[in-house]
Amino acid sequence: MLYALGFERTVALRFLREGRMQTVLIIVGVAAGVAVVAYISALITGLQSNTLEKTLGAQAHITVSAPDDNVSSARVPNIAGTTALVQTQPRAQRPRSISNWQQLMPVLEAMPDIASVSPSVLGGGLAVRGEATKAISLTGVVLDRYDKIVNLRSKVIAGVARLDPGDGIIGSELATDLGIRVGDRLLISTGASASAVTDSLRVTAIVDLGVRELNRRSVIVPLRAAQNLINLPGGATNLDISLRDVWSAQTLAADLSQRFPYKIESWQQANAQLVSALNAQSVSTSLIRVVVMIVVVLGIASVLVVSVVQKRKEIGILRAMGATQGQVLRVFLLQGAIVGAVGSALGVLLAVVLIWAFTYFVRGSDGLPLFVISLAPALAMRIALIATVCGVLAAVAPARRAAALDPALAIRI
Amino acid sequence: MSTSVQHQPLITLNGIKKSYNIGLPNEAEVLHGLSLSIGTGEFVALIGPSGSGKSTLLNIIGLLERMTSGSYHIQGVETSSMDDAALTLMRRQMLGFVFQFHHLLPAFTALENVTLPALMREGSVSTAQKEKARAILAAVGLENAMHKRPSELSGGMQQRVAIARALVLNPPLVLADEPTGNLDTASSNEVFTVLRQLHADLNLSFVIVTHDQSLAARCDRVIEIVDGQIKRDEAIVAKVAN
Repeated sequence: MLYALGFERTVALRFLREGRMQTVLIIVGVAAGVAVVAYISALITGLQSNTLEKTLGAQAHITVSAPDDNVSSARVPNIAGTTALVQTQPRAQRPRSISNWQQLMPVLEAMPDIASVSPSVLGGGLAVRGEATKAISLTGVVLDRYDKIVNLRSKVIAGVARLDPGDGIIGSELATDLGIRVGDRLLISTGASASAVTDSLRVTAIVDLGVRELNRRSVIVPLRAAQNLINLPGGATNLDISLRDVWSAQTLAADLSQRFPYKIESWQQANAQLVSALNAQSVSTSLIRVVVMIVVVLGIASVLVVSVVQKRKEIGILRAMGATQGQVLRVFLLQGAIVGAVGSALGVLLAVVLIWAFTYFVRGSDGLPLFVISLAPALAMRIALIATVCGVLAAVAPARRAAALDPALAIRI
Repeated sequence: MSTSVQHQPLITLNGIKKSYNIGLPNEAEVLHGLSLSIGTGEFVALIGPSGSGKSTLLNIIGLLERMTSGSYHIQGVETSSMDDAALTLMRRQMLGFVFQFHHLLPAFTALENVTLPALMREGSVSTAQKEKARAILAAVGLENAMHKRPSELSGGMQQRVAIARALVLNPPLVLADEPTGNLDTASSNEVFTVLRQLHADLNLSFVIVTHDQSLAARCDRVIEIVDGQIKRDEAIVAKVAN
């Protein structure tokens, strides 16, 4: 198309070359705007991915559990002239198994959105070693299935993740608090039944789950061991589900709630504050993008308006020579597109440099980058395309003004 | 020098009136029902005092301004009812312009300025069109200045580039508004000689607005405008014969 616009292209490029300083300044302005938009987009995307990864890396996308144990109020005959005062106290929630969880698992696994399902038994207890006693969160799992939910093996910092009968995996903070190393033994005690149940396990691995509180309380044991400790023989308190697309969790959880009589919770429901924060970040980023793009558009428009005023005579002579209003219009639209495209290309390059600088210079106390940020080619292309379109839109008003110039008047001035 | 003046009219203007600020207290009519025709191959001088309306008439002939009333035919085609796009195409096909202040595009070289009309019309410049532009620049004595920008040329040279640009597509009618008005006497003579030579070679019609009586005397026909009306319209050859 650019080739077809031989006259418009030639005149637009010459006009831009002629107003050298103006052209350079506006291209630098567009490049700065595009760089800010691209860098902020990459930064926020990286930050959000990192936050999500850390949050969802230690939990399921959807959790299925038994419905809460509710107390029904007693039926009181409604006698005219009397008021029934009924007060119920919420029941303490004891660990309860999901009914028919073995049958439910293959049904869930057959769903296209679901990547994997893992049964677990959750409960509280105490870890005892010598004189030290620590409150723990006990999780009984089938390791291979659980690994697909939280990628546990990648979080091992000592030992080898293995859960044979009598084995256990513990969080790094708990290991420090109890002075435990891989291969040491640990006593687990639960008060699930009238008489406390205890079990001894050998620590096969120490893991860093990414959250200090989890590292301080987590003890992961084989499913059967947890069933015994929590006194739920053959039961599972939870079915942990991981999805192919984490953002479909809310919809799928709502859908499953309609179909099954269980308590089903998405990661968004479990982390409402986090979701709000992420949304606030996204909205802020969008606002910054819009404001920067408006500044870019105004910058291009103001330079082109000045250019139209400066080139009135040239426009007049072109019109007198037979240039149509459409040709003059396209000359200025093309200038906007060229400024937008060149500025975008430079802006994307600048954003790549800024991202490199962030990764290289901004590091955590461990000397590693705080989190990985990168500019996806598709995002860079989209930003560049939007900036180029903005360049054309910015040129519309000056171009119309140029096309509407009265040639006789323009020449006379 | 040979001119072949034909009787067939190239342009015909009938009862042309032009007013500015219509409907306002300062409304002014600058042309009062003026009629004239110009034939193919004529070399016409349009003279008159400042403010007499000759530039307005030239702009109307050049389709740069619309008349308030009257009719204007180019090669038999009525122009008053044409829209802007049709007028632009008519201007492109039929007319060449030379202005007092040359109005070359400063970002283009002399050769590029001359090939601009072809670029505008075709979207590209063919080798043949480039050769023609070179030939016409050589004809106006600028074979060594083709690749110079207007800022590197003298006033006379710039005006010769503007003449070359006006003639490169062989328009039937060339309009020149004080083409020598901004030049010294030597350059003025030089430019006028070029115009006459090209007229002789190409047999195009020329309408030249000038204040210079001596230059007007070198034209084939002089039309004098005073207060928006034709005061005198005579052929120089006939006058000499008389």
